[in-house]
Amino acid sequence: MRINIILLALVSMVLSVTVAKADMTIVSWGGAYTKSQTLAYHEPYTAKTGIKIINDDSAAEAVAKLRAMNEAGNVTWDVVDVVGSDAIRLCDEGLALEIDHDNQLAAAPDGTSASEDFGDLIVADCFVPQIVYSTTFGFRTDVDQWGGKEPDDICDVFDLNTFPGKRSLEKRPINNMEWALLCSGVAKADVYDVLETEEGQSMAFAKLDEIKDSVIWWSAGADTPQLLADGEVVMGSTYNGRLFSLIVEQNQPVKMMWDAQVYDLDGWIIPTGLSPERQQAALDYLYFATDTQRLADQAKYISYGPARASSAPLVGKHAELGIEMGPHMPTAPDNAKNIFVYNFTWWADYRDDLDAKWNAWLAK
Amino acid sequence: MPPFFLKDNILTESKQIVHQHDLQKSLKRSQVRQKVNALLLISPLLLFILITFVFPIADMLFRSVENQIVSRTLPGTIEELSKWDDDSGLPSEQTYFLLAKDLKIAVENKTHTRLGSRLNYEMSGIASTFRKTGRSIKKWDIDQEINYKEKFLNIDKKWGNIEFWRLLKLYSPKVTSGYFLNAVDLIKTTEGISQRDETERIYLFLFQRTIYMSVLITLLCLLMGYPVAYLISSLPLKTANLLLIFVLLPFWTSLLVRTSAWKVLLQQEGVINDILVLVGLVGDLDRLQLINNQFGTIVAMTHILLPFMILPLYSVMKTIPESYVKAAKSLGANEWTSFRRVYFPQSIPGVGAGCILVFILSIGYYITPEIVGGTSGTFISNRIAYHISYSLNWGLGAALASILLVAVLILYYVYDKIIGIDNVKLG
Repeated sequence: MRINIILLALVSMVLSVTVAKADMTIVSWGGAYTKSQTLAYHEPYTAKTGIKIINDDSAAEAVAKLRAMNEAGNVTWDVVDVVGSDAIRLCDEGLALEIDHDNQLAAAPDGTSASEDFGDLIVADCFVPQIVYSTTFGFRTDVDQWGGKEPDDICDVFDLNTFPGKRSLEKRPINNMEWALLCSGVAKADVYDVLETEEGQSMAFAKLDEIKDSVIWWSAGADTPQLLADGEVVMGSTYNGRLFSLIVEQNQPVKMMWDAQVYDLDGWIIPTGLSPERQQAALDYLYFATDTQRLADQAKYISYGPARASSAPLVGKHAELGIEMGPHMPTAPDNAKNIFVYNFTWWADYRDDLDAKWNAWLAK
Repeated sequence: MPPFFLKDNILTESKQIVHQHDLQKSLKRSQVRQKVNALLLISPLLLFILITFVFPIADMLFRSVENQIVSRTLPGTIEELSKWDDDSGLPSEQTYFLLAKDLKIAVENKTHTRLGSRLNYEMSGIASTFRKTGRSIKKWDIDQEINYKEKFLNIDKKWGNIEFWRLLKLYSPKVTSGYFLNAVDLIKTTEGISQRDETERIYLFLFQRTIYMSVLITLLCLLMGYPVAYLISSLPLKTANLLLIFVLLPFWTSLLVRTSAWKVLLQQEGVINDILVLVGLVGDLDRLQLINNQFGTIVAMTHILLPFMILPLYSVMKTIPESYVKAAKSLGANEWTSFRRVYFPQSIPGVGAGCILVFILSIGYYITPEIVGGTSGTFISNRIAYHISYSLNWGLGAALASILLVAVLILYYVYDKIIGIDNVKLG
């Protein structure tokens, strides 16, 4: 019996040592995005500390999986990449660790505190912002029926006379409802107030009804680039980085529209329920991976804007193509002439309600 | 009979009884041992089924009615609210005081926002009320201060909304029918149960569509699978095996690959439309919409599920002796009659097995409809997946899944009554 206990203790000691030394599981979105993180953050971190990093591509379902892990009492992830709205939910549910941004993250090189450097982008106490991305439109440049015209206004999406053809829109109310209201004559500042009312919602649906028959609804970020490349749609919304790779890396006859692009955030959270050692390791990683230089480095591999104000001047050239990345950022002045800022807290409140209405509308 | 014989006889008889008793005992013992052995042998499977099947389903059924979060997070408030008459205006100052006390503890445990997102399913905006209130309450010193009602109203006007308090009271019991009502487009309000607003009704419609499309897909599979299975079963073994490989080959290919292949074939700039335009059947500008709708889902799912129909049909048809049909013909039946009266009835067990398999698989299908279904070709399972993975309304997801489970069980029962489940053969 005693031997058993000793053996057990030994085994668990060996196990805990290997776990502590080993690896860290970082969850992200896969594809080009995870690749950019691997090159900008993971590899330098491994070189510095010897800690191996395992990538897990299940960020799309991170909230559900974290909740399940938490209920099962076995959290296997160390750091998770989520969008801003999911960070709010994880924080609300007590599934993400609250972070003291000023004390636990690096300050900017000029001494500006982290919370000031990130500014408004810290949408939840648990959230460490990483990039600003935008959902915007791309359109094909070779549509004969358009007679040489190019869409340059968000309302051109709703204009089937001047710009006939199929469009692809995301299969969820977020962003689409806002665009529909903007094109129904609602001022930018009033969009969410109007959307809160029944009349506002029916106004948005009425606008979307005008193009409903010409819409292909997407649910994965890769859908629109594929549909544009195949010529299945003439314009479509997706994340700006996806369009960048379609246009610049794959040379497709597609252009960006940028008008009324909706800014959204992506960043890190640390799950609650980690052992103190793992939690500390995760915090160490975040300290390293979210400093000014590291965030600027990521922009070498993907066209998303770094979340720190101090990183913007450091953004350089694409690592392989050698083109300046600055003009391709959603935050570049030329692209950001007309931006729409997505209201995280509003959607956290109205998401369930509008989603039910949205799906009933879709099914009609 | 001489007495000593009798005595002897009694002796041997009692000996025999003792002997028999022993025998019975040892027989019993060995039977028990056998049973234990058998149980031990199946115990891995039993355990596996328990852990991966019975527990999750029980858990799902439980979640669809479970609602302990309200009374757990706000125990004092809920008790006070049970005495509150909701026609008499806002709750008492005492209720607000207890709410402050409960919330203070909840904020420390970070459960207040969780309760907020739970109640937000019933009334939009509650999530941020709780989030906001939590932030202020952190700084409160509960025993010192007075006038809680006013303080709460200063944080958020919702705390002075009587509908909000009624809702809190309505959803305070540990068990709720709310999720199930929601799953059939009803809503539980303070005035009782009523139908949801027309702009929010979706689930009954989706259940209907799921069942309708699953039946259609099953019938299409039967229609196409039956002749194929018949052909394969009547061919010589060598050719039959080759054809079987053709049936199985797509079966071995990844589901996603097959679904994406249909996308390439059916889309407007796809192969089929290209050919139709080339032949001149349709104009270049009005290419047919063959995917991202119901048609796309039906085509892709029929193709994917076809092997599940063909294989049981084939294995049953293989066992039908050729001589029966020959006998029927020799007795004067024509082709059709001999098929209808002799061959088909013998293939019914395969038809039953194939139909049940295809129907039950398709009713829970979700990845193919998600990819090729657009908006008119999605199933109820797509909503279940949405609620489990994205909206996190697991209660509603569980209620939808439970209804689906019950629907399948009812259909199974009806099938058993009409055709008989012992009449199903998988091989």
